[in-house]
Amino acid sequence: MMEDLAMHTLEILMNSVHAGAKNIKLEITDSAAKDELLISVLDDGKGMDEETAKKASDPFYTSRTTRKIGMGLAFLRGLAETCGGEFSLSSEPGKGTLVTASVQRSNIDTPPLGDIGEMMMETIQADGDIDYELAYVTDNGRFGFSTKEAKEMLDGVSILEPGVLLWIKEYINEGIKQVKEDIV
Amino acid sequence: MKSLEELRKIREAALKKVEMREGGKDYRVVVGMATCGIAAGARPVLNRLVEETAKKDYNCTVSQTGCIGMCVYEPIVEVYGKDGEHTTYVHVTPDMAAEILEKHIAGGQVIEEYTVAAAAAGNKEV
Ligand SMILES: Nc1ncnc2c1ncn2[C@@H]1O[C@H](COP(=O)(O)OP(=O)(O)O)[C@@H](O)[C@H]1O
Ligand SMILES: [Mg+2]
Repeated sequence: MMEDLAMHTLEILMNSVHAGAKNIKLEITDSAAKDELLISVLDDGKGMDEETAKKASDPFYTSRTTRKIGMGLAFLRGLAETCGGEFSLSSEPGKGTLVTASVQRSNIDTPPLGDIGEMMMETIQADGDIDYELAYVTDNGRFGFSTKEAKEMLDGVSILEPGVLLWIKEYINEGIKQVKEDIV
Repeated sequence: MKSLEELRKIREAALKKVEMREGGKDYRVVVGMATCGIAAGARPVLNRLVEETAKKDYNCTVSQTGCIGMCVYEPIVEVYGKDGEHTTYVHVTPDMAAEILEKHIAGGQVIEEYTVAAAAAGNKEV
């Protein structure tokens, strides 16, 4: 199954959710000029000690008991390396975790970006109490979305209302389309 | 172009509905989103449930849960009614999810052939 970048990123976001993060910052820098697409996920979850962090992007490591092999980080690392980019992971117990991965936009192995709006809808839906800041930056401009701002507008109505979630998905995809560049 | 202001309208509409319904939603629709569920195709099912519920304004909430403990039956969708009654739908596809909303949530009719009971009975015959 060919997974797009959004699916890979969703795995990383779900790691942050499972690590008990309250705030998750996702930045996608998509630059034609630099021929690079860079994804970074920063969370304030429980973090990892050095030992775990070292092992975390190893395909045979997981701290879960329900599955033998960890997938999210190792797959993303593999993808970055295959697509002419880089992967990095830094984490501090009790503070949080930063995962970054880049790919070369022009690399033939680089999968499409995928549906970022749907990805955000799904991760927000996993836990309405977590706050997200999304930024999508290209050489043309920047689109941002913050669940805190959205919640202020909603003033007590749940962000988990299906009508709200669907709106968020469409809002994000429309915003991204405004600043996105086609691959040359 | 969409603007964040639109959320205010969505908010008003949601509040009006709560008033009309005199409280919360009648049904809770829950999708198993553990690794086994996701691998089996729960993601498109969840997305379809959210979209259909938003568009057709079904009287339910849609949420995710972890492993339901019946991995071979994933994707699983559970429907909880107001009076605690509970139906487990198994091997759900996005189209089946839309049908469950239409018949069960809107029509109050359990779709027997999609339930875990029907699947288990079918397995016994084989
Ligand atoms: N954001 C994070 N915060 C804390 N721990 C993490 C984070 N991301 C990953 N981990 C740790 O690294 C392990 C490997 O993650 P991953 O490759 O996604 O596989 P899996 O989630 O299936 O275990 C996790 O089990 C967890 O212990
Ligand atoms: Mg993971």
